[in-house]
Formats: sequence, C-alpha cells, structure tokens
Amino acid sequence: MCLAMPALVVEVGSADMAVVELDGVRKEISLALVDGVKVGDYVIVHVGYALQKLDTDEALKTLELFAEMAQATQ
Amino acid sequence: MKYIDEYRDGDLAKGIAAAIAAAAKPGREYRLMEFCGGHTHAISRYGLADLLPPNVRMIHGPGCPVCVLPIGRIDQAIRLAREHGAILCTYGDCLRVPASDHLSLLKAKALGAKVRMVYSTADALKIAREHPDKQVVFLAIGFETTTPPTAVALKLAKAEGLKNFSVLCNHVLTPAAMHAILAVPGGIPIDGFVGPAHVSTVIGSRPYEVFASDYGKPVVIAGFEPLDVMQAILMLVRQVNDGRAEIENEFTRAVTREGNLKAQAVVDEVFELRESFEWRGLGTVPNSALRLRRTPTGIPSGHTMADFDAEARFDVEYKAVPDNKACECGAILRGEKRPQDCAIFGTICTPDNPVGSCMVSSEGACAAHYTYGRFRSAE
Ligand code: SF4
Repeated sequence: MCLAMPALVVEVGSADMAVVELDGVRKEISLALVDGVKVGDYVIVHVGYALQKLDTDEALKTLELFAEMAQATQ
Repeated sequence: MKYIDEYRDGDLAKGIAAAIAAAAKPGREYRLMEFCGGHTHAISRYGLADLLPPNVRMIHGPGCPVCVLPIGRIDQAIRLAREHGAILCTYGDCLRVPASDHLSLLKAKALGAKVRMVYSTADALKIAREHPDKQVVFLAIGFETTTPPTAVALKLAKAEGLKNFSVLCNHVLTPAAMHAILAVPGGIPIDGFVGPAHVSTVIGSRPYEVFASDYGKPVVIAGFEPLDVMQAILMLVRQVNDGRAEIENEFTRAVTREGNLKAQAVVDEVFELRESFEWRGLGTVPNSALRLRRTPTGIPSGHTMADFDAEARFDVEYKAVPDNKACECGAILRGEKRPQDCAIFGTICTPDNPVGSCMVSSEGACAAHYTYGRFRSAE
C-alpha cells in the first residue's frame, strides 16, 4: 500500500485531475494535494493522489553522492 | 524507469556496502530500526541485510498500517457491512486481515456482505454517488500518506452534501509510534532510525527533530529504493561513530523540512487528534491517531466533520480482541522478535492463509520475509 513510485505527468486536466505514466502504463490521478504541477514533472503518487513533486536537481545530486560513496572505498 | 532504476544499481549497492563495512567498527553493534514497512519490503526484496556486516543489524519497525491495525478494528468494518448493510470500501491490503470468528473482509464478502476494494478514495466517493439508496463506508487506514487523500474525499463529500458516505477512521501518526517504541519498558535498544520516505514527503523532517534532541537518537530519512536505504544506513553508522544524533535527509528529492503544507492544511481541516488509540503490538497509545474533527477550532470554514464519522453514525463501538495466541506480530512490531522466531511462520501461517496481520501486506515483516528471505536464512 505504501509503495508509491515517481511517475511522469503527461496530462493536466480540470478539477485537479492529471494523467501520469509509469512504465508505459497510464493512470488518472488527483493533484488536489500539490500546487504548480506541469506536464513533464515527476510526482510521487500514492493511492491515486500526488503527494509531492520530485525535485530532479536533488535526484541527480543524490545519485552523484552514491557514486562518490561507492568509489571512496575502492 | 527514470528516477527508479538508477536507484537500484547493483554495483553501486556493493560500493556503498563496502563503505558501510569500512565504517562499522568491529567492536560494536549497530541496531538500526527501519520504521516503515516500505523499507522492510525493500530490505527483504533486494537482500540488503546480506550486504551488511554482521554487526549492523536492521530491526523491523511498526510502520506497516495493515499490521498495526488491531483485530477489533476489522471487526467493526465487518459489522458495518454485515449488520448495517453498508457497502464497505477499502484498500486491497485490508481484505485478508484476520478478524474475529475466523472472518476477514474477504470471507465476509463471500458470505454476502457488500465489500468493495478501491484503489483510491475517489473510487469510494464514486460508489457513494452511484448508490444513493445505500450507506457507503470507507475503511480508512494508514499513516500520514493516506490521510490527506481521505481528507480530500471528506471535503468533497461535505461540499456535495453526500448523505450516504462516511469514514471509519483508523489513521495513525508516525512520530507517536516512534515515541511508543522508545518508551517500551525493557524494549530493545535502538541506535538510530531509518525514517519513512513517503510519510516524510507529507510531514517533512521537522517532526523527527525531537528524537535527536530529547532521546539522542539519529534519524536518517530515506527513499524506498535499495540504494537509498543503503546510503541511509551508512549515514546512520557514521552518526553513531561520531556520537552525533541528528536528523539527516537522504530523500531530498521529495522531502523538505516543512513537508507538504497544502496536504497538512487539508488534514488539519478535517481531522483532530484522538485521545487514545489501540495499536497491535504497541497497546493503547495516547494522541497517536486521528478522528474526524468534532471541534471547529481555528479552522477558517469553522465546520466539524462529525456527521461523516461512521463510528458515530452507526452503532459499532470498538471492542479490543486479543491476537491469536501463537502469533508473534505484537513482539515483531515492537522490534523484539523476527518473523522466523514465530513457531507457525511459513507452516500454518502463510500469505495464502495468514494467521496474523504481518503476513498479509507485502510491507509486513512476515510476508516480506516469507516472500524474499526465508530460503536465505535457512542456508
Ligand atoms: S508468522 Fe503469522 S502468526 Fe507468526 S508472527 Fe507472523 S503473522 Fe503472526
């Protein structure tokens, strides 16, 4: 139930509704809990609602950190 | 899948594992609790425990909403469907949780009760609109991630004047459960917490600060992918080594200190604290859950939501029911035991025929260990 994943927003409709895509599957979700989401954003979706917008800069920084950590011991 | 696969890279995981092994001091034990069932699932699914040195031990926490719901709560839902003729809507994970009299919501359904699985609260509202002649009750469970969606549905129901919709509210609070875990008399010592991913997207990192300042426990908030968890473990080991107790955030791509203020405001408008709530494993914990708002304090709209409270609308009082005697879920949820310590694990109790709640949801410790870990530990 808690295993939500970042999904790509492909359509923003009226009444807080949006369509997201995850692994080729499209799904209608609600944007009632987040502000300012646009097509092309990634959102964390949970039980049909976007809970948070993914910060793509931070996502990259975290990946860089992993690489640094993994290298430091080699 | 973008923003997912990169966080599952096996070589990087081995690299971080090497960094953990180098950081962990041989002479001491590191007992780290992953609070959240999502992390329990990731640790089991990706075999992360096997990548850790033996003195870094992961302890499963109580952060699986289905697992901590006591039998009496499922009984209430079954009574609503069977005795009050309501259409009971709930998330799929709740359907197979064992209840009293060898029942579950699924078995009640087979016996003719109207039980409907929904993917989201919007579906439950839809069912209510389609059946104006029937009472529709949403069995709401979950931590701070599922609470805002329930709140949105309730606000819509109120705005639409939906008279046949109500909520059986079992929403619970993560920080309260962490307090309870640390307060267990003679409970297991914990050196630090891997903090929840999605709960923290909503509540932010601020509510954990008290665990560092008052209890001296480090917390590292982590995403749900395997590299996130490994990185958080490394950060915790380093904090323990340095004698630091800080709130660190590994999941910066979705978690801020303040969290999702919009979601928090919606929750505040619809819910208020419950004085006490019984948890499986943790017992009755004060101020650890929410109920529909009865007092209109400080809310701009000045309304209460009591009309939509299924417990008030129907006569379904909560009655505590003890767990199956053989089941160790309580001790597992307190971090005191592991699934393999239960005498009926994997024999009498399996995901197809769960005896306890920890075997039901894929985030439950027993189900995760059954699915991914049991052959490994048998080696
Ligand atoms: S194996 Fe089954 S009975 Fe035993 S603790 Fe886990 S859920 Fe409970």
